[in-house]
Amino acid sequence: MLGRPQKILISLDLNGQRYELAVEPRSTLLEAIRYAAGLTGSKQGCDKGDCGACTVLSNGAPILSCISLAVEHQGDRITTIEGLAHGGKVHPVQDAFDLCGALQCGFCQSGMMISAAALLERNPKPTREQIKEALSGNLCRCTGYTKILEAVEVASGQRQLAELDPRPTTGSPA
Amino acid sequence: MSFGKKLNVVGRRLRKVDGLQKATGAAVYADDIKLPRMLHCKILRSPHAHARIKRIDFSRCLEHPGVVAVLEGKEIPTRYGVIPWTPDEQALAADKARFVGDEVAAVAAEDELAAEEALELIDVEYEVLPPLIDPAEALREQRIKIHEDSKQGNISKHVELSFGDVAAGFDRCAAIADETFYYEGSTHTPIEPHCAIGNYDADGNLTVWSSTQIPHYVHRELSRVLELPEARVRVIQPFLGGAFGGKSDPFSLEFAVAKLSMKTGRPVKCLFTREEVFWAHRGRHPMKMRFKVGLSETGRIESVDSKILIDGGAYSSFGLVTAYYAGQLLTGPYQFGAYHFDSTRVFTNKPPCGPKRGHGSVQPRFAFEVALDMAAEKLGLDPIEVRRRNFIGENVKTINGQLITSNGFLRCLDLVEKASGWKERKGKLGFGRGLGVAGSMYISGTAYPVYPNEMPQAGIQVKLDRSGKVTIFSGASDIGQGSNSVPAYLIAEEIGCDPRDCLVVVSDTDLTPVDLGAYSSRVTFMLGIACVEAGRKLWAQISAAVAEKWGVEAARIEGSLGTIFVPETALSMSFKEAVRLAEAKFGTLGATGSYRTEKLGGDYRGGTIGASPAYSFTAHAVEVQVDPETGIWTVERVWAAHDCGKALNPTLVEGQIEGSVYMGYAEAAMEEMTYLPSGLHRGPSLLDYRIPTSLDTPELTAMIVESGDPKGPYGAKEAGEGPLHPVIPAISNAIHDAVGIWLTELPFHPGKLLRLLREKGKPRAPVPPVEERISAAGESRA
Repeated sequence: MLGRPQKILISLDLNGQRYELAVEPRSTLLEAIRYAAGLTGSKQGCDKGDCGACTVLSNGAPILSCISLAVEHQGDRITTIEGLAHGGKVHPVQDAFDLCGALQCGFCQSGMMISAAALLERNPKPTREQIKEALSGNLCRCTGYTKILEAVEVASGQRQLAELDPRPTTGSPA
Repeated sequence: MSFGKKLNVVGRRLRKVDGLQKATGAAVYADDIKLPRMLHCKILRSPHAHARIKRIDFSRCLEHPGVVAVLEGKEIPTRYGVIPWTPDEQALAADKARFVGDEVAAVAAEDELAAEEALELIDVEYEVLPPLIDPAEALREQRIKIHEDSKQGNISKHVELSFGDVAAGFDRCAAIADETFYYEGSTHTPIEPHCAIGNYDADGNLTVWSSTQIPHYVHRELSRVLELPEARVRVIQPFLGGAFGGKSDPFSLEFAVAKLSMKTGRPVKCLFTREEVFWAHRGRHPMKMRFKVGLSETGRIESVDSKILIDGGAYSSFGLVTAYYAGQLLTGPYQFGAYHFDSTRVFTNKPPCGPKRGHGSVQPRFAFEVALDMAAEKLGLDPIEVRRRNFIGENVKTINGQLITSNGFLRCLDLVEKASGWKERKGKLGFGRGLGVAGSMYISGTAYPVYPNEMPQAGIQVKLDRSGKVTIFSGASDIGQGSNSVPAYLIAEEIGCDPRDCLVVVSDTDLTPVDLGAYSSRVTFMLGIACVEAGRKLWAQISAAVAEKWGVEAARIEGSLGTIFVPETALSMSFKEAVRLAEAKFGTLGATGSYRTEKLGGDYRGGTIGASPAYSFTAHAVEVQVDPETGIWTVERVWAAHDCGKALNPTLVEGQIEGSVYMGYAEAAMEEMTYLPSGLHRGPSLLDYRIPTSLDTPELTAMIVESGDPKGPYGAKEAGEGPLHPVIPAISNAIHDAVGIWLTELPFHPGKLLRLLREKGKPRAPVPPVEERISAAGESRA
């Protein structure tokens, strides 16, 4: 009706589930994920590959979904923030980000946590410099990155949770 | 305001109530909302910096497939502005476009692409007018007026205030620094672009979901501009992806989606592109500042005089306040012998400036703290020592009549002195490496609301359910700082429930009590006081009911994290049982609390602007390394100590300090909103504008000082804006320590540093008067 090229059917393995999505040839992977599949956890901050909020894993590697065409990912295994949790438990990166206060507004953090999870997958004990390097494509405007770096150190078991005074146990006086 | 009792929740490093929603991607932000039959809106923007709009022809646009409705300024011409005294904005410009990017028309279409294509089919006839880009030129120009109804030329606001005899003060001085500074403009760049959805339903109720940090003011202005009763307008702020002051004005998109929904009977969404976020701006005002700071022989600040030219951009926004803040917020943490300031905000044909984190006071703070070091150096005084000697103290009035209650500034200085190894290392690091320090003060909310009224500035409603669930209705805007969690922490502290059993319903004008918004660092302080009040009312009922059951005095009963008990006895029950007893005794349980404005401030015109119920204090020390060959400087570490009164949650307070230091560092190092002579932004994208990545951001140490404010909730004061200020002058002062030059213009590009290093040693030409320097600086920049 809008005089556009015909939509193309693509098949994605999105967080372990098969999706058949009709997308325009011009659609980005981010648009396919957010608007066609309805998984809104991946964010659009700039729509031109500058901010990293749209970062997802494509066959295990972090990519910027806002500058990737959806049709080029036919059949790919895509992991978004919604797919990071497993077996009813959040990913250690997600838990650490929450615990360490790394989530201020949270908008950049879907992409940030995806980049962090990908880092720990290939390098389980990264140094602080390696963490900074791996997250340098994800812009955060709230935190000054400090708590994010700490969270990745916690998630990788290199910083102790006890220092962070985790939440109290339920129902009894402290 | 605090108990002597042991704290169970307050002061602990608890998780946020909504942290895992954010961690899992479940949190719904404005652009995540999709309504049935929703249309998409795009806004046409002026390609001219200054142009009269003669005619808009939509005929080609309306024929474009997918277009459903169009909108132009004359359909909703009512002028508005966040400050009720300066309503000079229109949802879409009806008469004139005042900057490249000013909103001119809007389209609603079946999808975003159709709307975008349709914009190109709108024919606008402009009469191009000469633009005023340079503020000094705008100040001089009388013939061309950006706002025809301005009382005086292109002046947005002029403030001149004097306290004590400044001239006599300078006569007593042993050392005077007299210098001109330039603070470049910068913008917020929240990672979430502005987004709004309007839905006008068949019953005549308008709902607007918006990424705003001021739902209440948006509510008021929507009602006024759209001529709908306030009771028929509902504003909901979903999860918000960062703001920093950049979402604290009503914006064109909120009016456009609302009006287009009224025209079409369908929901309408508008999402700004990143480029449009740069046009929306409302960021840091560029300021040209002449500062004269005089010290007595003993280093006492005898006299301070400033003249400030503020580049306001095209509209007023909060500009009236900015012109005041540029002078009013400088009068601590140091005692001034005499003080005079003269600040002028002018309109220019550029995106409007507004309140960026540390509104109005970051720029003069930079100038003052550097000038203070310049003067102290002439006396051979250590920078920390001169700041100590001028400490204003606690429970004192500043020279401009603001009441300071608690003040932990000396402890902040002590901490950064120790942490940086100042005593052992200052002046001993060799050429190219240096230490610098600076201090600052900031408000914890403004004593007065932006529109005068006798009602509370913040309110809270709490409902207790017999299930043990505590539902808290809070109108406060969480912009990432954690204001969704603060009510849960404070109510749980007061009534003994587990904070995780609190549901905090937030920022929905139909459901939650009025809170004026997330600005001026007011939320934790004011919302907190409201929470404590509501909590104590409920605790009175809970403890009375439990006391009756156990036959003990109510005063002996305590509650903690879901258990109600009498210490050192076996008497104990769950919070849920206690609520049931109270409900049986008193009926349905609920309570409200509010924060009311108190009378504060100086007894003169403008004396209430800058008046705050409490002030926060900060000191930063910075260590830099400078390469004299390239001019490239790096920050080795920032030590930031901040007096927040009481850290309700130290993790969240540290986060605010760290985020502030980062943002200040960014302004010192790289950020600048600069324009071509035509008024076109030089690079409205994150790549061109550049903000620091994890690799650019220096290592920093956040240190909390708790002075326990007598008025704040559990002693708390602000933490979100104050800690931004000192890092900028501290870097400049550290670079001086490293290589002996004074950086007086932001950002501190290596090129500037190198030029100054090369000039060093050459005799300086006589300094021309400030007006000439300001105009020369402006011309060379344009």
